[in-house]
Amino acid sequence: MERPSLATRSVQIAFLAVVAGAWFFATETASVSALFLPKPASVYAALQRLVQTASFWSAVLVTLTTILKAFAIAIVAGVLVGYAVTRSKLATQVIEPVISGLFTVPITLFFPMFILFFGIGTGSKVAYGATYAFFPIALNTIAAFATMEERYLRAARSMGASQLETFRHVLLPGALPVLITGMRIGFFICFASVLGGETISSVAGIGRNIAHAAELMESARMYAWIVFVIATSVTLNLLVYAFENHIRSR
Amino acid sequence: MSDLAVSPNKIPAAPSAFAKALRNPLWLRVALLAGVAALLEIYGRLYADPAFMSPPSLIVNAFFTKIAPQPQILLALWYCVAQIAAAYALSVMFGVVIGLAIGASGFSRSAFFPIILLLYAIPQVSLLPLVVLMFGLGPVAKIAFGFSHGVFPIIMNVVAGMRDVKELHLRAARSMGASRMETIRHVILPHAVPSLFTGLRLGMTLTLLGVILAELYVSTGGIGYFTRVFAESYDPAPLFALTGCLAIIAVLFNELVRLAQNKLTPGKRRPPTLKNSVKE
Repeated sequence: MERPSLATRSVQIAFLAVVAGAWFFATETASVSALFLPKPASVYAALQRLVQTASFWSAVLVTLTTILKAFAIAIVAGVLVGYAVTRSKLATQVIEPVISGLFTVPITLFFPMFILFFGIGTGSKVAYGATYAFFPIALNTIAAFATMEERYLRAARSMGASQLETFRHVLLPGALPVLITGMRIGFFICFASVLGGETISSVAGIGRNIAHAAELMESARMYAWIVFVIATSVTLNLLVYAFENHIRSR
Repeated sequence: MSDLAVSPNKIPAAPSAFAKALRNPLWLRVALLAGVAALLEIYGRLYADPAFMSPPSLIVNAFFTKIAPQPQILLALWYCVAQIAAAYALSVMFGVVIGLAIGASGFSRSAFFPIILLLYAIPQVSLLPLVVLMFGLGPVAKIAFGFSHGVFPIIMNVVAGMRDVKELHLRAARSMGASRMETIRHVILPHAVPSLFTGLRLGMTLTLLGVILAELYVSTGGIGYFTRVFAESYDPAPLFALTGCLAIIAVLFNELVRLAQNKLTPGKRRPPTLKNSVKE
């Protein structure tokens, strides 16, 4: 990536300014219905009101615990399955295309089944998020361990490393960067799918609240929620990006 | 290692066709899937609660008795196909044009690419109720949502493909007197083709996701209505059959793009078929 120059930065700032300005003028001159695009000030006021309510934080807590549960399940299942598969070349050849093929089909299709199996509560969202995040984690675990160079393993063996030592000092450090990438992708897929599940059908959580505000046509409150989600997501992206760089540079 | 133990006058018999098939990943894969189906059949028939699970045979049966004879469901499926096609066509058109515009020069890339990345990082599903509020319950909202999912990976991969041109090739083109347009036409664009197809495939996957998310969210009509009715009446067989139809539609769309990729990407430029890890 090129180093941002003053000129490129100013283009970016100008772009954001144009978007913000368009939002401001469109709502001030009322050329767009306030239902679709409320005034920035009213969105800000709605956001201020929202963060003071207890229901806001309980919704955030519900979504957060759902995401964390789903992500934990996906990591354990994805890494275990991925690692087990790579223990045999044949198993890798047989199973890897099945998993990557399934991953190109939107798992969202099966969401009604999750509702059927686990009910409308958080259970179905945990299962759905975990299933979605399982795929990138498993695929990257397979890629990480299956593409390990044979000569490193042979070198470790010939120097008398035990199975555990080989895993600890050769397999794991070699696989870690790809594993971490899988987990990052898995996490954001988990985040989006839990939100999506809550939006489509649920009784609590952030997604439910956005959908509910839309159903009541309270656009200011809906925009406040959306702003909150986008800000959270961008912050998380930056944090994870920094964390990943930190791991890689070690 | 065990070959060494075979005495030299005994030539090992050529492996039988069956033994060969046992080592063939493709057949093993088919066998694996058939095994899973058989297990589901046994489990569904003997143990499962019929309100939640249905054996595969009954699902196929439900397709012929409860899905195929209902013109409304078929119409909803047909609408779904048309929406995916429309959303994907828009994604490809806008994705390629915007991608070319952003990737055309180093300046536009470093100015606009971070904006695209920022937009791509937004969890779009949080905008789903807004999109439906704006575009209504009909096909337009679903096309719009599929488009907004599909366009970003295409833009990103077109830009990435144009970026990774080797400096050596550019210098060669310049030294042979190629103009800016000629360099783009003969060096940069051909180089971007494999990456473009990566984007087109990812774009298809995400277009499918967007359209289906919107279909499921709008539960008053279309596919979402029928899935809700089947799920709420604890009638799993037609629900699974309908889901199966959508899955087949998704697989066919994906295959279509893959075939186009294989047809249109000549020889060496094709990326390896066994895609190893998931990247953006």
